[in-house]
Amino acid sequence: MTNKTMILGIETSCDETAAAVIRGGNEIVSSVISSQIESHKRFGGVVPEIASRHHVEQMTLVVEKALEQASCSMDDIDAIAVTEGPGLVGALIIGVNAAKALAFAHQKPLVGVHHIAGHIYANRLVTEMQFPLLSLVVSGGHTELVLMREHGSFEVIGETRDDAAGEAYDKVARTIGLPYPGGPHIDRLAHEGTPSIKLPRAWLEEGSYDFSFSGLKSAVINTLHNAEQRGEDIDVKDLAASFQDSVIDVLTEKTKRAAQEYGVKQVLLAGGVAANKGLRSRLTDMFDEMDGVELVIPPLSLCTDNAAMIAAAGAVHFEQGRRSSLGMNANPGLELK
Amino acid sequence: MIVLAIDTSNQPLSLAVVKDDAVMGELTLNIKRNHSIQAMTAVESLLATLDLSADQIERIVVAKGPGSYTGVRIGVTLAKTLAWSLKIPLVGVSSLLSLSWPGKQFDGIVSPIMNARRGRVYTGLYTFDETWVELEEDRNLSMEEWLDLLADREEAVLFCGADVDVFWEQIQARLGDRAKRVSESEEVPRMAEMAIYASELADEDVHEFVPNYIRMAEAEVNWLKEQEKNNG
Ligand SMILES: [Zn+2]
Repeated sequence: MTNKTMILGIETSCDETAAAVIRGGNEIVSSVISSQIESHKRFGGVVPEIASRHHVEQMTLVVEKALEQASCSMDDIDAIAVTEGPGLVGALIIGVNAAKALAFAHQKPLVGVHHIAGHIYANRLVTEMQFPLLSLVVSGGHTELVLMREHGSFEVIGETRDDAAGEAYDKVARTIGLPYPGGPHIDRLAHEGTPSIKLPRAWLEEGSYDFSFSGLKSAVINTLHNAEQRGEDIDVKDLAASFQDSVIDVLTEKTKRAAQEYGVKQVLLAGGVAANKGLRSRLTDMFDEMDGVELVIPPLSLCTDNAAMIAAAGAVHFEQGRRSSLGMNANPGLELK
Repeated sequence: MIVLAIDTSNQPLSLAVVKDDAVMGELTLNIKRNHSIQAMTAVESLLATLDLSADQIERIVVAKGPGSYTGVRIGVTLAKTLAWSLKIPLVGVSSLLSLSWPGKQFDGIVSPIMNARRGRVYTGLYTFDETWVELEEDRNLSMEEWLDLLADREEAVLFCGADVDVFWEQIQARLGDRAKRVSESEEVPRMAEMAIYASELADEDVHEFVPNYIRMAEAEVNWLKEQEKNNG
């Protein structure tokens, strides 16, 4: 890759409208994010129609800012990378069509990017990737273990069979009565409590790298309801700590086993839940003890949805010759491969 | 002045390229296919056929709604992004007016109709007198209320758009012979008409430009109801 390749990234898969410019595949020149979280708070979650309306309002502004902050124009851009899926279809459509219009207006190559590939490639903005590597992707919509043997190749070796970890966090938070989004609140409470309540851990079949969190979620809800019926007080701090302990046990243990089985050189943490302090510290302790495996955790600003990560993944696809046509559509069920 | 006009508000796709008020090319598709796939490629192929490159476009006109929320957003997103990045002016026109073109020769008033479900419609009232004149603003209401209003006006009314079909019996029962409808081949929007009409309209602020949904998002309506309940 020449060191000068300039990629414009666009991301609108959920409730952030984002654009970024990166150079050489790994250097952030600019990264602009317009968050809608305040508008969705009153609904207790992201409302797709409202998210889509916001994206239309923000799209050109965000791209303009990204180019301005990068002190460049569309002429300096080599390719446009955009999140093709998965995500909310109405939201994805805005980014995809804006990217297509830009590609057409300026005769630039267009590269569709898988949102999770983006999350994984956020790590390349921190440090160079060493293959084979394993990525633990944890976010509101995803819980996956992805093996990469080389750039641009993704092998999903484990995924959630029901709720994503982030989803379980949000639902448990709602049951406890915490405001949306609940993940950070649970994390905070967990640090003040002790994991003294017995909750299940779904290991699934021997050797499986898949996850399941719906049983755990139900167990938390049942524990609360049973206590309520008996008129007992439950310390929500202890409940949060116990819930988080169960989630982290399964996530880290499966990551460790997979890292050993595939003899990876790096373990990358990706996705919004990577902001979770409990998860970060447990992984850090675990891989401190494992020789020859480097643990990479990007800064919080790169863990949550942003367009720099989409541009970073797009840069690799672009270099490998992948192109999308102007007939590209948003694909909410896009598979990672 | 070369104008590109786009309408993706409902099932039909209408594109037009107009040069100094003369039609260079117009493209209409009326198939069940996602505008998110076809709109950009259709623009590309129409311009290619006309031997035009993107940077020769000098103005963009877009149907800004009402219509399918997603459909309208696709056209508006393409239009905003093209206008912003090519640094050319953008003009929005009513998606209802873009259905009203057969009413140009009609002696009376024109009511374009989009089915908004549950007996409701998106509609407005227009008439052509050298140019298009808006008599009643675009709105969303029950067909019954709309027919009350039209009955009071005592003029011949031309109903435009494919969705007239859904309401035609109801319309005739209320307005009798005063109600006319367009023929089937005239049910699709024509952006060439809008591109020419739009030459009289003021440019929009490209960044600020948003679709005219007319309706709030359902979640917002419910939330407001909930607030009202809680407050009294
Ligand atoms: Zn994400």
